[in-house]
Amino acid sequence: MPIEIQNVSYTYNSGTSAAYEALSDISFTVERGEWIAIVGHTGSGKSTLAQHMNALLLPQSGSVTVDGIKSREKSKELRTVRRKVGLVFQYPEQQFFAETVREEIAFAPSNWGVSGDDLERSVLDAAGAVGLDTALLENNPFALSGGQRRRVALASIIAMRPDYLVLDEPTAGLDATGIRELSSLLGRIRDSGLGVVQITHDLQSALTESSRILVLENGRCVTSGTPEEIASYLLDNPVRGLLIPPLVRFCAGLRARGVRINLTSGLPEVLARLEEARG
Amino acid sequence: MPQKPIFSLRGVYYSYPGASSPALRGADLEVAQEEWVALVGANGSGKSTLAKLCNALLLPTRGVCAVLGHDTTDHAFAEEIRANVALVFQNPEDQIVASIVGEDVAFGPENLGLSSDEIRARVDKSLALVGLSDKRRAASHSLSGGQKQRLALAGALALNPKALILDESTSMLDPEGRDSFLRCLGELNKRGLTIIQITHRMEEAIAASRIVVIDKGKVAWDGLPVDFFSGEYARWNFEIPPEVALYRELASHGFIAGGILPTVEKMLESLCL
Repeated sequence: MPIEIQNVSYTYNSGTSAAYEALSDISFTVERGEWIAIVGHTGSGKSTLAQHMNALLLPQSGSVTVDGIKSREKSKELRTVRRKVGLVFQYPEQQFFAETVREEIAFAPSNWGVSGDDLERSVLDAAGAVGLDTALLENNPFALSGGQRRRVALASIIAMRPDYLVLDEPTAGLDATGIRELSSLLGRIRDSGLGVVQITHDLQSALTESSRILVLENGRCVTSGTPEEIASYLLDNPVRGLLIPPLVRFCAGLRARGVRINLTSGLPEVLARLEEARG
Repeated sequence: MPQKPIFSLRGVYYSYPGASSPALRGADLEVAQEEWVALVGANGSGKSTLAKLCNALLLPTRGVCAVLGHDTTDHAFAEEIRANVALVFQNPEDQIVASIVGEDVAFGPENLGLSSDEIRARVDKSLALVGLSDKRRAASHSLSGGQKQRLALAGALALNPKALILDESTSMLDPEGRDSFLRCLGELNKRGLTIIQITHRMEEAIAASRIVVIDKGKVAWDGLPVDFFSGEYARWNFEIPPEVALYRELASHGFIAGGILPTVEKMLESLCL
């Protein structure tokens, strides 16, 4: 069963002079085992949408349903929704508080009542899932490198054994190597059967990694589709805050010269098609 | 075409008070009017120190730094230098002084003692150049990070400077904001503004007319962007932007000849199939 977002709208400071409509009539679904990217400019409503997925915010109109559970005020099942949907904030490592990596990762599951051997297994599994060396478990999380800290933050959410993982700008502040590592990590998490939702303004990574993309502009969904469909849409319809990546522009230029190539091809693919064209 | 030098540094050393080693160790650099120089280099290489010497915010410990033909250690010219060389820092929060956007931009011209008509005209023009005309009456604190950075630029432009020094002044912009900021700089440069731009981003260096690499307090390389990206680039441990990665692969497989700028348009133009 999926996360189903139906006709969701949300206005901050509703009913006051500072009212601000952050989301307007958004609908989409997230299945387990798929990777959805939500892209849009700063202020487009991406983060507001993310907070709806694990019931941190409840829709003012429309509905959010997670595996059949509808998010409603005072519902006793909101807890279940929050366990099922792990939300990783932007710069999650800024929320570290524990003295060791082990304690940091164990915090959420122990709050859910997991203890003893089960807790230890949760910690080790989560550390394993993010490729964190178990030797680091006794280290102070503040003493780790940026990339390692990001892994610890992810592990601390994965330790809750969520069914969906929603990440707000997970690559922010990482260097090129860190971004590549995180992308392949999220790919593995998706392959293990979780639904992955990546909120990002990095169109290149959305186009190469995700299976579907939702494009937001001023709180509205302007289009959604496969990376190939989105690349083609953006070439014809510029969307605020989204720059078409150089490689996509290059592929579009090759197409105009009669080379048969996907707009979202990676560099090796581009070279192979050029080789063919050269004959 | 480049004209007479606006900045001229000869054998410049600079040590911060109490520092064990100098930040600049014999920097030589001449920048002519109407040039657009991208200053690149690792953290701690001395780029920002060099920028501050260029508007007489710092004075050389040794060597000579001349701006607009005047030695910066001669205090008689300090005012002239600062009125003509505007410096925009990385963090806009450090340089926004007024609570209303329009008033913030007016701060510089007011200090120059200009008439209120002239001040209004400059504020209008500067805000239009950075695309913030509709924010004129907005509270400065209500702007986004990118908008604040453009506000800081508008404040500098309102001085009508001959030269603009930007120290990582696009760090808070999103890709689209950076793109329009760069186009705005290109336009200003065409109209005769000299630009020295400190940056970590190679896509910004591509847009400049000249690249200067600073390493260990000295000028380590100086030349055209096309030469930099054809070969020199690999020697320095810079982050590789996607355009340059594509350029390198296309060149090494013989799909394009060397000696062009790594922009998508140029690469498509010179593709040999």
